Formats: sequence, structure tokens, C-alpha cells
Amino acid sequence: MHVPDGFLNAPTSVATGVVAAAAVTVALRKVRDEQEEKAAPLAGLTAAFIFAVQMLNFPVGVGTSGHLLGGALAAMLVGPWTAILCISVVLLVQGLLFADGGLTALGTNITLMGVVTVLVGWGVARIILGVLPRRPASVVPASFAAALVSVPVAALAFVGLYAIGGAADLPLGTLALTMVGWHSLIGLGEAAITAATVSAVVGVRPDLVYAARGLQPVLELRSGGAPVPVPVAASPAPPRGSLRPVLLIGGAVALLLAGVVSFFASSSPDGLEYVAGENGFLETAREHVLGNLPLAGYGEVGGIPVGLAGILGVAVTITVGWLLLRLLVRRRTRPTAEPARSMERV
Amino acid sequence: MGTGHGHRLYRHGDTVVHRLPAHTKLVALVLFVLTVVATPREQYWAFGAYLVLLAAVSVAAAVPAGFIARRMVVELPFVAFAILLPFIAHGPRTEFLGLTVSESGLLGGWNILAKATLGVIASILLAATTEPRELLAGMRRLRVPPLLVEITSFMVRYADVVTDEMRRMRIARESRGFQASHLGHLQVVARSAGALFIRSYERGERVHLAMLSRGYTGVMPMLDNRVTPSNAWLVAGAVPLLAALIAATAWSLT
Repeated sequence: MHVPDGFLNAPTSVATGVVAAAAVTVALRKVRDEQEEKAAPLAGLTAAFIFAVQMLNFPVGVGTSGHLLGGALAAMLVGPWTAILCISVVLLVQGLLFADGGLTALGTNITLMGVVTVLVGWGVARIILGVLPRRPASVVPASFAAALVSVPVAALAFVGLYAIGGAADLPLGTLALTMVGWHSLIGLGEAAITAATVSAVVGVRPDLVYAARGLQPVLELRSGGAPVPVPVAASPAPPRGSLRPVLLIGGAVALLLAGVVSFFASSSPDGLEYVAGENGFLETAREHVLGNLPLAGYGEVGGIPVGLAGILGVAVTITVGWLLLRLLVRRRTRPTAEPARSMERV
Repeated sequence: MGTGHGHRLYRHGDTVVHRLPAHTKLVALVLFVLTVVATPREQYWAFGAYLVLLAAVSVAAAVPAGFIARRMVVELPFVAFAILLPFIAHGPRTEFLGLTVSESGLLGGWNILAKATLGVIASILLAATTEPRELLAGMRRLRVPPLLVEITSFMVRYADVVTDEMRRMRIARESRGFQASHLGHLQVVARSAGALFIRSYERGERVHLAMLSRGYTGVMPMLDNRVTPSNAWLVAGAVPLLAALIAATAWSLT
């Protein structure tokens, strides 16, 4: 999935370079929270680990084998910000020393494989961990889901970039379908090996898995009378609350894409509409029930500009998603979360 | 990775290109590739001119063409995509080598093939003439954040160690008769990956303690304080400058 030079045009390459640079800058600030002053050697060794594990081929099906992208795996093991740095460094070294992935496409590669996979994977994992019972073994299904979702989303992001600055006019609908379909399969392999690897680590050294921090059961002293909880030193950065920057950045990127990039989006019909028009069943489609509302057709009706419609759409989606999440989390974790939380303050 | 043996792409030599400070080469490379990417794809001669430019650099650096050609296999997956593109893209059709293909797809495929090849050759030339250690020092001189350079230097230094550790585990598995043949074996491979992570992480902690005991305070000292001679910038800048001339001519002709 290493994008070479010339795949996307120069403005898109520069724009993704800016996004990547911003993400790496934020990650450099945040990494000290995750790893304290050990950041440099630990992140460096983890990057070397990701580099090595990307060479680890595993059989996918008949005669074919895939290899790991590692974004979700790194996020689960060392935390999202360290993971972004690790993957970026791996891509930088691959580009500079091994000529793998173009230098002008470095920003694109970091954005897709480093930032998107890590942030999406981490977000999915946090949501799943919020629902599952608070114990270290919960990170295994969480990392499975994280890896499973992160790969097709990265593929979709690639299609999005290709739509803005691609070299040839491919049928975008088909491209998106092929990319997402193919990468869902790859994601399944990635998910299986990510979950198995996290499970192997969590079984031996649960303290090393970043996503499992704060999930360890409270130790109790049982000497005759009632069990007394043993006070433990607070872990340096409990993952609680670290969902906020992920959501904020994700929301900002979505707003930026919806508000700014949609201006540059092609006004030609999308894949499905194109196919529908070709095959003549577009006429049979009745006007949408909401067709008269100002937002229908993304701002073509009612005089609302496309960018504003995009921003409104993102805002509505985020609000609805947030409300659903609140409801879900409140119902599932209230009885168990409270005592564990008060223990963390000890 | 000390003196004596560099990484696989490095080719020892003592030429003008080898002697140039790493950061000047890095800037020249990025500018060159950016110019190539920004060149209009219909100007076929321009890409030939870029290739001649790179050939001149490889002669000056004494890097044989066979060395570059062998390293270019990393490009293969995208060559496949570029060849496929004329057949799957939209738009008006045209005749090419007796086949009916999409015109924009043909141009797009050529665009990817030409620009990616030039980018790969340029990167190979940089890697072949610059040691990783110097490249890292060059990054630091270019004001890349020190923490990022430090992480990169640890990665470059320990990539071979960790990869070797993984290879030893593989040899251990295979000498016990293991052969990954179906999905059920994923568990075994993943166990090794998990063990590899624990070993890498613990090595990182040991390295950190070793650094602390040698007086590490959070920032690595900068050992290279030589002033860049201005003619080094001139020599390194010649390549992107010529490329910019080619690109400007190509743009004026469209």
C-alpha cells in the first residue's frame, strides 16, 4: 500500500504532507505523556519491531500471503501517539533508505497508514473497551475490531485522495468498491494477527499493553477479615479521557474535508448514479421524500452552498453519534466503572 | 550498523556525490522529485531529460545501472496497477499497440510509471551514496524535530537486531518442523510476534537505562558542527535547478 511518486498530483501531495506534519507534531508533544522520558528508545525499538513484523508474511488464502500494516497493532501496544510516530518513522526509513514509497508521497503514506489507521483503530478500540467488561482480556476483541475497521477505512481514505488528486479518471464508485472489498479481506487477516499478537502479549505482560492500562483487577489483601484493596501507583497515563483529542482531531479533519474539499469535488455523477443513468433506471427512481428539504442533494436545492451543507452534515452526524455513544456507555459501564475509577485516584 | 557495514542499499565510494553533505542531498532530492511530479504528463520528452539527468548523477556517483535496476523491484506492485489502468479507466477510447484502451487511463498509467520510476531511481541514488548515520545528522541540520530524529536513529540502529531476532525465532520454529500452511497456524506466528514485541520493548527499557547511566539528559548531543561550504549547496542544487528548467520549458510548451 506504499503510494509512489506521481500517483497523486503535486497539490494533493503537499496538502497531505501538511496533514502528516501536523499529526506528527502533535504526536511528538503527546508522546512524552504516554512513555515519559523513555520516549526515544521505546518508540525507536517499537518502530524497529513494526518494521520487522511487516516482513512477517502470513497465509491469507490459497497460495497468497499478506503482511501487516501494523497501525492498529502499534496503537494497542504502545498508545496512539507513540504509534503514529512509530509508523511515520518506519515509512520515513522505508522511503529514504529502501526507496519504498515515494518521497513526495511520504505525507500521503503517513496520513493513510500512520494517522488514519492508528486514529480509527484507537477510536474503535476505545468504544469497544467502553462497552466490554473492564479486564485486560477485553483488549483482544477490541484490537480485532480496531484492525478490522482501520484497514478498509484507510483504503477508503486513499480513494478519497485519489478522487481529489488522482492521475486518471477511474470510475470512482468501482474503485471504492474494489478497494474497500479487497481491503476488508486484508483487514480480516490483519485483525486476526493483531488480536492474536495482542493476546500473546497480554497473556504474558499485561502491564506492557497500553490499551490494557487501568484494566488490571484491583489487588486485594485477604488476611482473615474483609478483603482490603492494595493501593497501587497510578499508571502514568490512564487511557481514560484520551479519546477526546482523537475525536477532536477526527472531527476537525471531517469538517475540513466536508467544508473545503467538497468544493473541489467533481460535480459529475458518482459511480452508482452513473450506472443508474446508463442503465436507464434513474428515471424510475422517485424523488426522495426529503427532496424538498434544504440539505437534500448536498446543497443543490435551497441555495445552501456545498461546503456549508457538508459541515452541517458532519455536525449532525457527530452529534447523533455522540448521543448514541453516551446512551450506550452510560447504560453498560455505570455499575462497574465507578469503584475502579475511585481506586485510580489512590 | 557501525562503520564497515552500512545498510543494504548503501554502496561505499569516494565521489563528488558521496562527499556532499547529507542535508544538501536531501533537499536536492525532495526538490527534484517535487519538480518531476509537477511536470505535465503530456510532455514525454521532459521525462527522458530527467532520466538523462539522473544517469549523469549515477555516473558521477559511480553507481552502476545494474545496481539500480536490481533495487527497483519495490516499484513492481504499482507497475502492475499502471499497466492495468488503461483497461479500467473511463473516457474516450483509443488504439494502442492494436488494443482498444481508455485514453485518460493510458496517460494516467504512463504518468504513474514515469514519475514513480524517476522518484525510485532518485531515492536509490541518495541511499546508495549516503550512510544512514549521515542522513540522520542531515535531518537534524534541516531542523527536523530532535525527538523524531532520535526515534529514527534508534529504529535504524536496531532494525537489523530485531529482524535478526525474528529470523532466529523462525529458524527455531522451522527446525522443529513447523511450516505455516493454513490459517490455524496464525496463532503460532502471532505468538512469535508477541514475544518479539516484549523483547523489543524490554530492550528499549534497557537501552534507556544504559543511556541514563552515561549521562543522557533528554537530548542527544550534536556531534557534527561543520559549516556547510556554499559550493556544496551549488553542486547539490544543480540537479533540481536543471530539473526546474526542464519543467519550466515543459509548462511553457503546453
